[in-house]
Amino acid sequence: MTSTPIHTPDEFASDAASRPLRLVVVSAGVSDPSTTRLLADRATQKTIDLLGEAGMPATVNVIELSGLAVEIAQAIVAGLPGVRLQAAIELLAGADAVIASTPVYKAGISGLFKSFADVLDNDLLIAKPVILAATAGTPRHAMVVDEQLRPLFAFLRAMPMPTSLFAAPDDWGSTTLGDRIARAATELMLFLRSGVGASIADSNWSGYQHRFAGNATAAERSVADVDFDTDLMRLAAGGGR
Amino acid sequence: MQFGIFSVGDIAPDPTTGTTQSEAERISNLVRVAQRADEVGLDVFALGEHHNPPFVPSSPPTLLAHIAALTKQIVLSTSVTLITTNDPVKLAEDYAMLQHVAKGRLDLMVGRGNTVPVYPWFGKDIRQGVALALENYNLLHRLWREDVVDWEGSFRTPLQGFTSTPRPLDDVPPFVWHGSIRTPEIAEQAAFYGNGYFANNVLAPNFHFKPLVDFYRDRFEHYGHGTRDQAIVGLGGQAFIAKRSQDAVAAFRPYFEEYPLFKGSSLDDFMARTPLSVGSPQEVIDKTLTFQEGFGDYQRQLWSLDGLALPVEVALEQVELLGTEVVPVLRKEMAARRAPGVPDAPTHASLVSAKYGDAEPRQPRPNPNRGDNLSGASPYQDSDPNAPARFPLAA
Repeated sequence: MTSTPIHTPDEFASDAASRPLRLVVVSAGVSDPSTTRLLADRATQKTIDLLGEAGMPATVNVIELSGLAVEIAQAIVAGLPGVRLQAAIELLAGADAVIASTPVYKAGISGLFKSFADVLDNDLLIAKPVILAATAGTPRHAMVVDEQLRPLFAFLRAMPMPTSLFAAPDDWGSTTLGDRIARAATELMLFLRSGVGASIADSNWSGYQHRFAGNATAAERSVADVDFDTDLMRLAAGGGR
Repeated sequence: MQFGIFSVGDIAPDPTTGTTQSEAERISNLVRVAQRADEVGLDVFALGEHHNPPFVPSSPPTLLAHIAALTKQIVLSTSVTLITTNDPVKLAEDYAMLQHVAKGRLDLMVGRGNTVPVYPWFGKDIRQGVALALENYNLLHRLWREDVVDWEGSFRTPLQGFTSTPRPLDDVPPFVWHGSIRTPEIAEQAAFYGNGYFANNVLAPNFHFKPLVDFYRDRFEHYGHGTRDQAIVGLGGQAFIAKRSQDAVAAFRPYFEEYPLFKGSSLDDFMARTPLSVGSPQEVIDKTLTFQEGFGDYQRQLWSLDGLALPVEVALEQVELLGTEVVPVLRKEMAARRAPGVPDAPTHASLVSAKYGDAEPRQPRPNPNRGDNLSGASPYQDSDPNAPARFPLAA
């Protein structure tokens, strides 16, 4: 294994200064307006405000899964993402941070959200910071975010923020929801400012399992990206005889 | 440039009639399709290898040997031969024998296959799939090029003084293609040996496999076999042809949309977004020409067109249309667009002439049986009599 030098936060600060940070919202809400989207929007706006105060401009793209439902289902069955789904995947691949928000149905996250996660490359979100959010019709679903979204993003080796967001009808009338949103947004801002996520992905990249020419922005695409100093590559080249 | 067809020998219920071919029927039909491909002047017929229903070709060398006897000019190949779960020693023997009976009309495509449970059926560990493929081919390569092989690896018993028989026809091994759709190590191995690289080019977005093909081309040049444009590239494809475009789509739609693999998928979507070509001969020609633009000049184009439960009469008609209306135009068009210096895919004749020039090819004749190969340089009469025995017998 070759190891790349570990970047210092300063380098990332200068990196980040060269372009706005890219936040991507993934919302599995299906109504319009949707509380699921609203919760994500509030977290996003707060994050942008905090980033702005810290001198880190950011842009936002939103992936509404409701419009991709058919393509997501087809991609699961036939393995071929449609044009709009592929565009969404590429948007997510290029994200510096993700705000993921889903409704709770039948005591679990939306099947649409899970299906979308199922078609993502395993290495698409490595070490990317994520705010986890869910909405429900009753506060009794409050643990769904931590019991279902958090392990899902752990599998994807993303970095869920310590504070999860959950909003049942009662919460929309309470100022403590705003406090929790501010806490999660602050965590995300600090994480982005530290550059540690990008640093982890960068310096450990070859240690994760990857698909050649996959969707991840750092995926190997050509000879220049490929590590030939591995047991398998030596075996491919005649086995070192 | 070679044009041909490849089949996985699948069986499925015909969605328009409900009938399912028996294994006996499908095997006979495969032979008829191969014969027709030969008659209409296609260059290659390749057969997949599967070890589970609803597929019939578990034993490609047997079926291909039969086809060899019934055909005149077509090159027989595989798509793919499982280099992971087959013993490379047996592969060396079976395909050398097939090469002899086919009078050199044989090459081979090795690959890992895509059926997970097949590994334990043959006593192999899928977690070692890539390493198995690489090591097994390394051994196969030597068995066809060295009369006597001492070998030790991780996945099978070591060999001491082993000779794979028969030696390849004219002592020229069958040309080998490496089939791969995701693994750069396989492309690397193809490049290292100067072998061909085949990208299946179906069931994925257009030009999805271009990064792997480019990787192979770069490494082919790196290993000194020629420039990257001279690397030996093959592409798959899938086609359904009718004189009129709308007839092709209408006839093919139920077969596509009812096939288990494609249930829930839209034919129009696959036609637009993947290399699948459904339409008039001109439409199939035009789409195939985009492959040349996207992947660069290449040496072999194979289409899958006898599967998806098509009745054999339809499959035969497809072969006919491909051979008479599509391929003749593609031959001309691709040749006209081809850059100078791009080689054709190797054939037995070209490999013999590259090895021997105008000289007579080697015809190995065994020495009288000593019962083993361990005590001399070679079990063949043309071995150097002055070469010292490695383990001389005690006087």
